[in-house]
Amino acid sequence: MSLGKLIERLIQLVPVLLGVSLIVFVMMTLTPGDPVQIMIGDQAVTPEQEAAMRRDLGLDRPIVERFFVFLGNAVTGDFGTSFYHRRPVLDVIAERLPATIELSLVALIVALLTSIPLGVLAAIRKNSIFDRIATVGSLLGVSLPGFWFGILLLMLFAVHLHILPVSGRIGYSAEIEPITHLLLIDTLLRGRFDAFLDALSHIILPAITLGLPMTAILMRVTRTSMLEVMRQDYVTFAEAKGLSRRRVIFRHALKNALIPTVSVAAIETGSLLGGNMIVETVFGWPGLGRLVVESIFLRNYPLVQAAVLFYAVTYVLLNFVADILYTVLNPRVKL
Amino acid sequence: MTLAADMPARADSIFRQNLRNFGHNRLAVGSAAVVVLFVLMAIFAPLVAPHDPNETDLFRRLQPPGWADGGEWGYLLGCDALGRDIFSRIIYGTRISIFIGAAVILVATTIGILAGLASGYLRGWVDIVISRLVDILLGFPYLIFAIGLMAMMGPGLVNIILALAYKEWVIPCRVVRGETLVTRELEYVEAARALGASRGHIMMREILPNILSPVIVVATIRMAHVIILEASLSFLGLGVQPPTASWGSMVADGRAFILEAWWVSTFPGLAILLLVLAINVASQGLRDAFDPRFHE
Amino acid sequence: MNAPLLSVKDLRTVFDTRAGRVYAVDGVNVEVRRGECLGVVGESGSGKSVTFSSVMGLVRSPGRIDGGEITFDGRDLRSLSPQAMRAVRGRDIAMTMQDSLTALNPALTVGEQIGEVLEAHDETLPRARGARQRAIRDRSVEMLLLVGIPSAESRLRQYPHEFSGGMRQRIMIAIALACRPKLLIADEPTTALDVTIQAQVLELITDIRAKLGMSVVLITHDLGVVAEHCDRVMVMYAGQVVEEGPTRDVIGNPAHPYTKGLLGSIPRLSLRGQPIRPIEGQVPDLINLPPQCRFYSRCTVRKEVCKSLISMREAAPGHQARCVRVGKDSQ
Repeated sequence: MSLGKLIERLIQLVPVLLGVSLIVFVMMTLTPGDPVQIMIGDQAVTPEQEAAMRRDLGLDRPIVERFFVFLGNAVTGDFGTSFYHRRPVLDVIAERLPATIELSLVALIVALLTSIPLGVLAAIRKNSIFDRIATVGSLLGVSLPGFWFGILLLMLFAVHLHILPVSGRIGYSAEIEPITHLLLIDTLLRGRFDAFLDALSHIILPAITLGLPMTAILMRVTRTSMLEVMRQDYVTFAEAKGLSRRRVIFRHALKNALIPTVSVAAIETGSLLGGNMIVETVFGWPGLGRLVVESIFLRNYPLVQAAVLFYAVTYVLLNFVADILYTVLNPRVKL
Repeated sequence: MTLAADMPARADSIFRQNLRNFGHNRLAVGSAAVVVLFVLMAIFAPLVAPHDPNETDLFRRLQPPGWADGGEWGYLLGCDALGRDIFSRIIYGTRISIFIGAAVILVATTIGILAGLASGYLRGWVDIVISRLVDILLGFPYLIFAIGLMAMMGPGLVNIILALAYKEWVIPCRVVRGETLVTRELEYVEAARALGASRGHIMMREILPNILSPVIVVATIRMAHVIILEASLSFLGLGVQPPTASWGSMVADGRAFILEAWWVSTFPGLAILLLVLAINVASQGLRDAFDPRFHE
Repeated sequence: MNAPLLSVKDLRTVFDTRAGRVYAVDGVNVEVRRGECLGVVGESGSGKSVTFSSVMGLVRSPGRIDGGEITFDGRDLRSLSPQAMRAVRGRDIAMTMQDSLTALNPALTVGEQIGEVLEAHDETLPRARGARQRAIRDRSVEMLLLVGIPSAESRLRQYPHEFSGGMRQRIMIAIALACRPKLLIADEPTTALDVTIQAQVLELITDIRAKLGMSVVLITHDLGVVAEHCDRVMVMYAGQVVEEGPTRDVIGNPAHPYTKGLLGSIPRLSLRGQPIRPIEGQVPDLINLPPQCRFYSRCTVRKEVCKSLISMREAAPGHQARCVRVGKDSQ
């Protein structure tokens, strides 16, 4: 794919991003309920204080002007001040982001490493016992409420078996000086293998919980597309060439079957973002998701707005990546 | 294209044939029965539930399930931290899950059908506006969108329904639009157009009845998602407010007691799993029966 | 040397479907002699492709071979292990498929798709990695040149969609011939091509057949192709062979009403490019076959005795047909 086409695609993203920002703005502005009232809650404030809050939030200005101010601020990374932390919203988000990224990446890796082999196996052993178990498993995977599954895992591995920690990202004794802020990498870079294992033991349950629905979906996608591909002429032709079964399945079939899997994976990575809020809450994971949930209850309005926008933009970009990956993997599709 | 010309007359019998196909799928029929059971439980909750779901009894605080040591059979699944009967609360919680699930799907499907028909049949600027809106709404992770809305609107039954329906309608809309684009070109629709039928008549009377199957299938599949989403919101404390029993908030209540009272979280979660799984299996059966593309 | 290269006896291949058992190939006998070109003609569903998929051991579930013998070059193919059968496929018996666009893997380069056949079968390749890669590349280039693809070296790195239809067909032939097979099964090699390209591809196959001394089975709808390129021809109908013999005899003097129907309106000597003209009526349902001549329902000259099972009868030496009107019973 040429650079020119890539830039063209990127430009096409602009209206969608604008639209997303508009919706976030509208959502935060026009929904029933006055943000100032919500922030005040039961506290006693004077009308002057209330007016000052309104002014600080820019709520006294015309709505169209407010949108452009919001947009301009968003582009420059100015999302206002987090009342609770008394620091710029962007700083607070940046501080929490690595934990969320690390958790999402591990969940993604777990999901990819389990779903693809299982999906392939289910497809080449179609209608076998294994296939049936895998099908039931994937149905369970999409039907399990993540928050409940996480609690079950906690009860089993942390409370009963005492082999994994209940919450947090790393034990106190294993804390290290950050480099990339991704603990699994930092602990290795610092040569602290004990700390790495500690971080790993913390991340494993949240990652499984977060990755489970994705695993189920990707397995189903892989199975279906593998079955579809195995019916294609080029697989028959590959067999007619007398190639080994392994080569037919992995080189000829899987390479094509993975095209839909990879684009669904990129899209589903976006839905990990939503799952993060739940999983981080269940496992006390100090990431962005938990921050947002906490902020909602603290009525930390600017932070929630910024985070929702951040999530939405990330989601749009992930969908964009899915598109690009699809093109790169599939030599037939010309941009 | 003689087949297409026959379609309106045959739509009904195809529908029946599909239902018969569905009837042959024992697993799907069984799952549908489970769903019906849950619905009956929701409707007749006061008759089915052994106790008042909100009746607290501090002497029964964290009482184990009936079969365990210290349990009573009258309190089958044990009690929560306020001594309320978990079984009764689960039964009442069914009402919230099913009511919200059904309401969201109903609202979203209605909007989706209207928007999708308009978009796919009228084309032009209507299509452009609706399609753009759909694209933009698809730019949000679902749960985050709902959480954001709930954060702004505050909790409450109507607000949950709104928060979920705001995005949910996009899904039936896309299905309806796609089907309409195909159907509008078929002979019988052109015939109706030639006979001078109004656009409203064509959309509602000629096109809609023939694209209902995929819409129904999608609606049932989505219902399972919506139920999980509602439970997730309730779990985070953004859903129905206490003391109303909802499955998600019951699971959340139990989090504090996973060391000493596993049953508080476990059983409400099991109820969610059971209902969602039953809907998923049944809707898959429905899809297999209704959509020839999935036949193998 | 007089034993046929391929001999299929009483082959039955069935498909178990929900509606019942389909007898796709029902008691078919085939002989392919060394160096000859056998044409196989019939409508879709006549069992001509399934017969040769069976020979290659490529019948997919829910299909399976229900009975019969397949002897190739003195070996009983049906008794071979899947492993041993893979060694036969691509090396001794090769196949090309109807549509090169779907038969070539869209995600792999042409070079890889030729190279892997050599990698799988060629024992003369050097062991050392670098030398092996070079040898495979040289052989691939050689094959592309053989089938008439210029600047082969650079084209090895391209993907199938970057070639024209005719070029892709040539590539598929190059892949099939990479290991110098004794038998090439060409399944409808020209159906997906323009008329002018068709002729080129067929010339190519005929040329290479002469050069390599291999046998060819040409499965086709096109009687013109058969007349021009095949030594013998076999006509299939509803899972059975209904007529077979030297091309000249069968086309010049067809014995079975079905063959006559196929040839019916085609003017002599201008057979080229003529597809099989549909004959009145439909191919019988292969699930509930009555014990009678399969062509009965469509036959214009049927008799009462045709309501019994009909065997092959000799019309002339080496020329047989499954019709009671034909000479004497050959069995």
